[in-house]
Amino acid sequence: MSAIVGSSTDTDTALADVARGSPSPEARHVPGAGLDPIFKAALYGCSGLILVLLASILILLFWGGWPALATFGPSFYWSTVWNPVTEKFGAGVMIYGTLFTGILALLIALPMSFGIAFFLTEIAPVSSRRPVGMAIQLLAAVPSIIFGMWGVAAIIPLMANYIQPPLIWIFSSIPVLGYLFKGPASGLGMLTAGIILAFMVIPFITAMFVEILESVPAMLKESAYGVGCTTYEVFRNVSVPYGRTALVGATMLGFGRALGETMAVTYVIGNANRISASLFASGSTIASTIANEFPDAPAGSLRNQSLLELGFALFVISFIVLAISRMLVRTGTK
Amino acid sequence: MDRLARRRSFDYLMKAISTGFAVISLLALAWILFTLVSLGLPALTSTIFTNVMSDGGLLNAIVGSLVMVAIALLIGGPIGIMAGTFLAEAGRGSKFADAVRFINDILLSAPSILIGLFVYQMIVVPTNSFSGWAGAVALAIIIMPVVVRTTEDMLTLVPVSLREAAFALGAPMWKVIVAVTWRAARTGIVTGILLALARAAGETAPLLFTSFGNPNWTLDLAAAFPSLPAAINQLAQNPAPEQVSIAWAGALLITVGVLALNIITRVVLAPKK
Repeated sequence: MSAIVGSSTDTDTALADVARGSPSPEARHVPGAGLDPIFKAALYGCSGLILVLLASILILLFWGGWPALATFGPSFYWSTVWNPVTEKFGAGVMIYGTLFTGILALLIALPMSFGIAFFLTEIAPVSSRRPVGMAIQLLAAVPSIIFGMWGVAAIIPLMANYIQPPLIWIFSSIPVLGYLFKGPASGLGMLTAGIILAFMVIPFITAMFVEILESVPAMLKESAYGVGCTTYEVFRNVSVPYGRTALVGATMLGFGRALGETMAVTYVIGNANRISASLFASGSTIASTIANEFPDAPAGSLRNQSLLELGFALFVISFIVLAISRMLVRTGTK
Repeated sequence: MDRLARRRSFDYLMKAISTGFAVISLLALAWILFTLVSLGLPALTSTIFTNVMSDGGLLNAIVGSLVMVAIALLIGGPIGIMAGTFLAEAGRGSKFADAVRFINDILLSAPSILIGLFVYQMIVVPTNSFSGWAGAVALAIIIMPVVVRTTEDMLTLVPVSLREAAFALGAPMWKVIVAVTWRAARTGIVTGILLALARAAGETAPLLFTSFGNPNWTLDLAAAFPSLPAAINQLAQNPAPEQVSIAWAGALLITVGVLALNIITRVVLAPKK
């Protein structure tokens, strides 16, 4: 009996200590507690490493590219000259190509992702949603280089034989629009790169769209159905406006991914150093130029430094796009 | 046509277009697989697995990829798990954790070729040599953010009451995390690691200027090191058709491996709904 009384007094003291914020000496003795500071330090250290990593990427790329920027000045960013023989370098063509292919990819991927998300959330029978959704996600798992080789083996012949000739034939005589469809039907070029990039980002955008659209309260949708809306009208006028901030964010994420894709683009863009308004013209992106030329640019050469400066530019562009995307997704889903 | 009929037919039209888009993306996946099988399967002979690259096979590239991905996992996995644990447990709600989470999301989608450039500047330039170590570090940087993200997501799903029960028994924090939260979330954490592994295995861009590639048999991580993606990239640009078909055999192998890993983790390890 006394033991129980004793222990209850102990408990009372311990509780009182906890309430005061200072555990009694007995309560403080937890076996193994000595390892806690080490464990916590490891948790903080590993997290800090992520911040250090991003900072070092920025610093090393900036530092590596600085001599090129110092040589050519800010005009490096809009100069369209890229000549390894005369050692004159500018990023204009690559920045144009990166943004052009990225926007083309988005123009194709956005309506398709909306359609697929509509299909997966409203149209498809419930039992087939998971397998179909998973199959589309598998597209995101296919390595970039495989997309490039598939592009060369399948998409380039398709474009050259069946898509480009009729488009050129239809549009070449129309003023202004004709510029978009000028050039030889080689199958290579901006549009081919844009199409392949679109298939690479569709799974990412779709997955986020589905998640956002599934979070729309059923009550909202049901009240729209209640006043006689069709399925599409509910999607268009209730679900999409409800999630619009996050939807824009998800789209930006897809754009950010498309900007940095390397291998797939390198295989199909044609790798030419020129700016053209035509969808069929060869061009190059920042990532494809780095992949193609870096092996030929010895460390310390001006060409090597210019490529590092290109890398720095790509990092800054992607950082801004991804940061905006993330903020929109976070505020939109809260 | 009256208004209702018009609205109805527009609804059918949009449903048809949306279904069409879903079918197109499934067809794209099927077309990729068909291209890989039709061009890769004929070249997939036993020579691929027995000979090195300079001798018409891919043995050294396959082994090289496995070695580098394994090392990358040993570096990136534990760091990723610890950082993910920090975000879900110790740092919940702090400014520092918000910053880490934000930067990790950026790293998750950062262009992989820039990871290659970074490791080139950090390791290849100072050591003056392409190396397997540099390739493994680049892949570790690819793996890490994926593991951080999935670990955090999976740990936040573990009920708080489970942790409180462990703390109430007098367990120190590390014991609660190791023996209770990690154990409760281990399927999810393993899923994340396997998906990260699948992603790293197919990456080519970060290896181009770090491990570079090597046509001969080597296990020397301090020198240029072979890998399957780099081998495919090199062979695919070769003018000789028989070299290109070896590239397709390699492409088939790597895609089947990566997709199988994805399907297995998603189907077998996925939480039952």
